[in-house]
Amino acid sequence: MLAALLDNVDLVIMAIGALVGIAASLLGTFLVLRRSSLYSDAISHSVLLGIVLVYLMSGDVHSPYQLVGAALAGLATVYLSELLGASRRVKQDAAIGLVFPALFALAVLLINLYARDVHLDEHAVLLGELAFAWLDVVPIGGLEIPRSLLTMSAITLVNALFVTLFYKELKLAVFDEGLAHALGLKPRLLFYILLLLTSVTAVGAFDAVGAILFITFVIVPPATAYLLTDRLWLVLVGSAAIAVLASVTGFALAMRFDVSIGGMMATVTGFFLAVAFVAGPRYGLVARWLRLRQQRAQAHVRMLLVHLLSHEYDEEAALENVPAALEHHLRWPPRLSQAVVAAAQAQGLVTLSTRDQRLHLTEAGRDMAREVLEPWRRH
Amino acid sequence: MDGLWEIVSDFTVRNALLGALILGTLSGVLGTFAVLREQSLLGDALSHAALPGICIGFLIAGSRQLWPLALGALAAGAVASWCVLLLVRYSRLKADASMGVVLSTFFAAGTVLLTYIQNHQLPGQAGLDSFLFGQAAGLLPSDLWVMGAVAAAGVGLVLVFWKEFKLLTFDPGFARSLGWPVRLLEGLLTSMIALAVVVGLQMVGVVLMVAMLIAPAAAARQWARRLETMVVLAALFGATSGMAGTLISLVRPGLATGPLIVLAATGLVVVSLLIAPERGLVWRAVQRRRTRAALESGRVLVDMLQLARAHGDESYASAQGMISAVYGADAEAALLRLEKAGLVEPVTPEHGTGRHWHLTEKGREAARRLLKEREE
Repeated sequence: MLAALLDNVDLVIMAIGALVGIAASLLGTFLVLRRSSLYSDAISHSVLLGIVLVYLMSGDVHSPYQLVGAALAGLATVYLSELLGASRRVKQDAAIGLVFPALFALAVLLINLYARDVHLDEHAVLLGELAFAWLDVVPIGGLEIPRSLLTMSAITLVNALFVTLFYKELKLAVFDEGLAHALGLKPRLLFYILLLLTSVTAVGAFDAVGAILFITFVIVPPATAYLLTDRLWLVLVGSAAIAVLASVTGFALAMRFDVSIGGMMATVTGFFLAVAFVAGPRYGLVARWLRLRQQRAQAHVRMLLVHLLSHEYDEEAALENVPAALEHHLRWPPRLSQAVVAAAQAQGLVTLSTRDQRLHLTEAGRDMAREVLEPWRRH
Repeated sequence: MDGLWEIVSDFTVRNALLGALILGTLSGVLGTFAVLREQSLLGDALSHAALPGICIGFLIAGSRQLWPLALGALAAGAVASWCVLLLVRYSRLKADASMGVVLSTFFAAGTVLLTYIQNHQLPGQAGLDSFLFGQAAGLLPSDLWVMGAVAAAGVGLVLVFWKEFKLLTFDPGFARSLGWPVRLLEGLLTSMIALAVVVGLQMVGVVLMVAMLIAPAAAARQWARRLETMVVLAALFGATSGMAGTLISLVRPGLATGPLIVLAATGLVVVSLLIAPERGLVWRAVQRRRTRAALESGRVLVDMLQLARAHGDESYASAQGMISAVYGADAEAALLRLEKAGLVEPVTPEHGTGRHWHLTEKGREAARRLLKEREE
């Protein structure tokens, strides 16, 4: 059964892509919410230095020390950036932008100098090659399991465990760092562990999707889910779902057009984000526009009610409270005043009398107008 | 020296050096504004975002000439900065996530297009991925014309809008209150970063371009107190590191140009952070030591005067042991400093042991002045 699944190359590739997405977005959710998402950019570049250094020392691209080296490189990036920022000689954002390109540049030069011709060329490092991920297998219990699948499963498990175990602490650290600190929850330590896991995940994802596409999986699925919901656990679950969906559709599209699989998966997440941005239920552009339009219409109706109320009993009522007056006195164009009157009638706030051609407030309309004028009084 | 001259007079090398000069100057000037406006990482976003533009430019033009690629990169950069602004303004995402989203998805789209071009064996695509890390050796005179024109446009715009950009950088609120079209100017300044990215394509590539924007400006900031100085210094630093990196990559083929330039620029930053006057860390440490020494000498001087007055004799000589009892191990150094300045002199006591010191006329004068300052 399992062997049959593992023989299905397409399935294996999609599974690896999905695992990268899930593992990355579990951590990315907290990075995005903490407004530190660009640390993932910095980390994913500089773990390359860790990988190269460990390779130069051990001569093995796949040694388990890779994880250690990369984790250290990732933490060093964050630590150096914060140190540089704290020295107040450069701003925090510039500090990040100074540290990681330097470490990355060093790594690329080391590859140029000492590691040409190995699997580690800059190209693969940047773009990854998911298509070949299934070729590199480790035999376990008679099964040939792709190495990437194995590492990514383990990393996903660790990340999921971390997020579940420290869910409460992470939540508080993200939304109210001061309180978390006061309660003795050590938000800074938690943040560093988060970044440590991000570095480890970056290494695991390196073979599959490369440095830069990894950033996509850290930032974009959580950002998409965040546009759709307010619940933290829904953001986590939603971004995992988005990652899986992106992996499957991305794979299909990549096959169709014969292009980079990882690149296509990442592009698809970007497409999902665009959709959420435009059509999200509550924060989407369309929803906002509709809400704004409705609010504007309602404001016009309230204005009409107040206008009618203020002239209801004076002698100019015959002049003021007729549809034609709205155009002159409220300076509403004819189409607008017709629409507003129609809306007010539909809501049962105003009636147009056929006898004197005047607009009359209904009881509900009068109540609402009074509420606008005297909101402190209960009606 | 002859060897170096041979290298410099070579055709390829001259082109490459000229390219580095153009790039360094422009990215230094534009980077200054990006760094001061705390938009450093926007440069990262825009440079990664240039990749799909390059690919589309190639697909349309069908050749690896620089100008269509540059046009594509410019367009992609403009679209990307527009997307970032849109997300920041109209979504719940904050600036960091907005930049991250744009950076990574644009780059992803770029890799898709890049692999499309490569896998479909389109003609003339060789070396398209040198735009990832730059390869200065491949620079053609026609490329230089494109780069020069773009850089001239960038620097020209900065000169034309100098006053506006300056105020926008330091006090955008005031600029708005003057009725200036702040959003328009901000958009202009931001999208001009795309110009620098275009010029940097061939030299450092899209991945490391951010360092070319930040590093020269950050280094210049340490030395400069005025925007004018900072811009000029940043251009100078940018050009220097660009040419240094290019030279090394030409001498040692096989080393990518971009990383070398970036490391040269980073080196300049490190040196500046350490030794720049006023702000340099080493410079500061030296200053602090000097100040501390001066303060301590002053305190010793005043104490000696008060001790002498307590004995009713301003020429009273204090025992060094006495002073050491108060100031510990620092006393010796402080006394030697004072002696050098001619404020105290050692005296050999008629009786008792150890060295004694008394104030010279100049020293008494100085101590009285310090005492008076202290009382005020």
